[in-house]
Amino acid sequence: MSDMYDTQSLVNAAGGAPGGLPVQEPHGPGEPAKPSPDGAREKPRSLWNDAWHDLSRKPMFYVSGLLILFLIVISIWPGLIASASPLACDLAKSQDGPTSGHPFGFDQQGCDVYTRVVHGARASVSVGLFATAGVTVLGSVLGGLAGYFGGWWDAILSRISDIFFGIPILLGGVVFLSVVKGGNVTTVSIFMILLGWPQIARIARGAVITAKQQDYVQAARALGAGNARMLLRHIAPNALAPIIVVATIALGTYISLEATLSFLGVGLKPPAVSWGIDISQASSQIRNAPHMLLWPAGALSVTVLAFIMLGDAVRDALDPKLR
Amino acid sequence: MSEPILQVRNLVKHFPLTQGVLFKKQIGAVKAVDGISFDLYRGETLGIVGESGCGKSTVAKLLMNLEQATSGEVFYKGQDITKLSGRALKAVRRNIQMVFQDPYTSLNPRMTVGDIIGEPFDIHPEVAPKGSRRAKVEELLDVVGLNPEYINRYPHQFSGGQRQRIGIARGLALNPEIIICDEPVSALDVSVQAQVVNLMEKLQDEFDLSYVFIAHDLSIVRHISDRVGVMYLGRMAEIGTDAEIYEHPTHPYTQALLSAVPVPDPEAREHRERIILAGDVPSPANPPSGCRFRTRCWKAEDRCAEETPLLAVPTRFQGAGTPAEHESACHFAEEKDPVGSHAA
Amino acid sequence: MTVIDQTAGAPAPGTTTAPLLEVRDLHVEFHTRDGVAKAVNGVNYSVNAGETLAVLGESGSGKSVTAQAIMGILDMPPGRIPRGEILFQGRDMLKMSAEERRKLRGRKIAMIFQDALSSLNPVLSVGYQLGEMFRAHQGLSRKAAKAKAIELMDRVRIPAAKERVNDYPHQFSGGMRQRIMIAMALALEPDLIIADEPTTALDVTVQAQVMDLLAELQQEFTMGLILITHDLGVVADVADKIAVMYAGRIVEDAPVHEIYKRPAHPYTKGLLQSIPRLDQKGQELYAIKGLPPNLLRIPSGCAFNPRCPMAQDICRTEVPVLHTVGDRRGSACHFWKETLGE
Repeated sequence: MSDMYDTQSLVNAAGGAPGGLPVQEPHGPGEPAKPSPDGAREKPRSLWNDAWHDLSRKPMFYVSGLLILFLIVISIWPGLIASASPLACDLAKSQDGPTSGHPFGFDQQGCDVYTRVVHGARASVSVGLFATAGVTVLGSVLGGLAGYFGGWWDAILSRISDIFFGIPILLGGVVFLSVVKGGNVTTVSIFMILLGWPQIARIARGAVITAKQQDYVQAARALGAGNARMLLRHIAPNALAPIIVVATIALGTYISLEATLSFLGVGLKPPAVSWGIDISQASSQIRNAPHMLLWPAGALSVTVLAFIMLGDAVRDALDPKLR
Repeated sequence: MSEPILQVRNLVKHFPLTQGVLFKKQIGAVKAVDGISFDLYRGETLGIVGESGCGKSTVAKLLMNLEQATSGEVFYKGQDITKLSGRALKAVRRNIQMVFQDPYTSLNPRMTVGDIIGEPFDIHPEVAPKGSRRAKVEELLDVVGLNPEYINRYPHQFSGGQRQRIGIARGLALNPEIIICDEPVSALDVSVQAQVVNLMEKLQDEFDLSYVFIAHDLSIVRHISDRVGVMYLGRMAEIGTDAEIYEHPTHPYTQALLSAVPVPDPEAREHRERIILAGDVPSPANPPSGCRFRTRCWKAEDRCAEETPLLAVPTRFQGAGTPAEHESACHFAEEKDPVGSHAA
Repeated sequence: MTVIDQTAGAPAPGTTTAPLLEVRDLHVEFHTRDGVAKAVNGVNYSVNAGETLAVLGESGSGKSVTAQAIMGILDMPPGRIPRGEILFQGRDMLKMSAEERRKLRGRKIAMIFQDALSSLNPVLSVGYQLGEMFRAHQGLSRKAAKAKAIELMDRVRIPAAKERVNDYPHQFSGGMRQRIMIAMALALEPDLIIADEPTTALDVTVQAQVMDLLAELQQEFTMGLILITHDLGVVADVADKIAVMYAGRIVEDAPVHEIYKRPAHPYTKGLLQSIPRLDQKGQELYAIKGLPPNLLRIPSGCAFNPRCPMAQDICRTEVPVLHTVGDRRGSACHFWKETLGE
């Protein structure tokens, strides 16, 4: 019996109390409506304001946010902290350990690992951003329309997205990128958009269906609102939150996918500078020169972690039920 | 109370039950509303009561054309609104509005109160010229008893009762003739319910509104309604004036329903005669043949399974001139003073 | 039903004079984003064996939070109990170890919730969930536990219990699920049952069935029953005594007959007056003005003062104590005499 009380529903029943506290003004509706100092005191707070307020008090948001900001800055201007060229290598220094001016040591080609790690950020970040932007736009439009209109359109789209889901991403990557011949930022991003959109489409479809069933959408219909108004004014703003969260976390996974593809030799190819390429080259020498692997792999992990942390913080802020 | 403003005739809504993913096959239907007819007169309040699953909320959606009727007609000024679409439907919607049950889900959380109440004017710009909208919205807030200064706030900054007032203001914006109220106070606290009921009565007088008031709280329905219809499993069991239904019910279901209402008087506890119905409401996907209520009725005979009772004044009461002379869909309609109804 | 019958009605030794459960000066607060919400602010009530106490209040009155504190299922944090005692058979439950309290739950104190569907596990059959308690607490075999489950389902009058024992919660109607919840609460013959809005989600005709069943079983087992509700009708039907809560305090407590005849607190009086009556048809309903208080900013003095038609200066400054206003009656109003009409 006692176990019964540990079920989630009862936890919710107990936790419902603070969340359910009505936020009210001292103004009674029965009282004559008149301006008052207190009426002006409580500012209008939209849910986005609330979410921002929540985010701004989370240390996790600042840590991940600063990291991501730093990444973006160095991927635009890598010269800021690593002025040398990542392609200026000296075979004589092959696999050398850290020395003064070269804190991360040298790789097999005698290139400075520090410079390559810094310059490698650009490939990762741009693939991540392009892929995420494409996936989000394509996925939310297709999924959102499927959820809103339902019927045949929905059935066909759901089947198509099932098919894409069924494709193993690595196998798909190997096949696609060898067919298009030429792994660069654009092709890798296109591949990810092609295979990634069903994930967002599903989320968007679910979110739109949930929003569609809300009474306020019915109320808008009852007022005579058209499809465009209902989609843009009522459904989209309310379906956006889960998409933002998933997209943020997906960004991290696309970065690691880019590294994986480059590691496998089908993604970016030398002379492009990418963490995946460096990890691939370092992996054979892991016993002799672990520093070659450690730095690019570490940079990759920290980057992915930063995006996942940001996604987590955003989810907490956007989901009022978790408050 | 002269001419009917809304005439509902044999309204039916069946929700298909389907199987299969891509090629859907219908395997049955939930008969949510199965042949309902009634009239709504100008300026009156028609209460519709019934338990969950009786189809009363579906009736509300059908009257609003938010659900497509399977068959039947809803005439508004001679026009069948179930057949309308596009521009014609939009025009009718100016005159028929709705107040929803849940004040938490019926307001878009990402819009300000001003945007919510002003949206009707965006959709029907002919009602209010652009410059006058803000003033209109403030006036509406004032009419429903809210501070017009709240215009820029968001719904979550209000309590349930205040939100319901916002919903009512939105319903009033286009100056409609009919408001369909689907359980408008059941989500509110007891002390706030009375405020909202009073507001709705005040607005009815002020704007000459006709209400269809759907609720399960029998005492509130009685207070606000001129006439009351009792629904059971997709059909109308009985309809009449409030006194006819509450004091002289002739349908066994109405009698049982009234007797089951807890009376807020502990003295009535001992000498109250309650009809406790056996079992549960059958599934609307597979309703009983003949009279829908027969499976729980203590009067049921073979005839009830074979012959569907029609909603009409029972023969024995025709021309009687007593309050029992009202429409009741029962083969064995008879009066039985429901003890305790006087306190309901 | 043999097991249930053996111990029915026998109060534990040594507790014949003390109440079964006594809540003393209980405070509960929640730490939220916007500040500290004072949900319960010094609640006192008691229940004897075989007695039904109705706790009446609106949302945010603290009636459910008090019950959760008694059951020990409050989420802490954000909840906190800064003060108070909950004496069950003379022992303060707040001083017990988590393990001791866990053992009381179900065996001695059981709870029935409003939403039976989400309180039952959807992937386990009803018979399994009922039988689980006998297996866990009494070490019965699978077969014996199932037999017990069928017995219990019979007991709460679920038709064809034998055939339905392997059905899943969603296959039952709302009323039947609530019966299963009652069966589950009764399984180990607890001394006290807390029912939190047990019939609010049910239809009137089903509500009557379930309330009758609950009252009957309570009599049979001489249990104490705390009925938490907002429905003045249900209270009048089954309660022995009533505690009316407002803003986390008891504002009035009294035997059931007294309170409906002559309420001693303006809030109770307002609630009773706002029920639509026949002679008021076509007139404005009496309505308590204003809104229930925000628990983050409870008004000073008497929490009801901004809504009270009788409020005077003293109500805004001084918190009224629970005055004794009659035999076993209390009212936390400075003007209880005037309210009673004396």
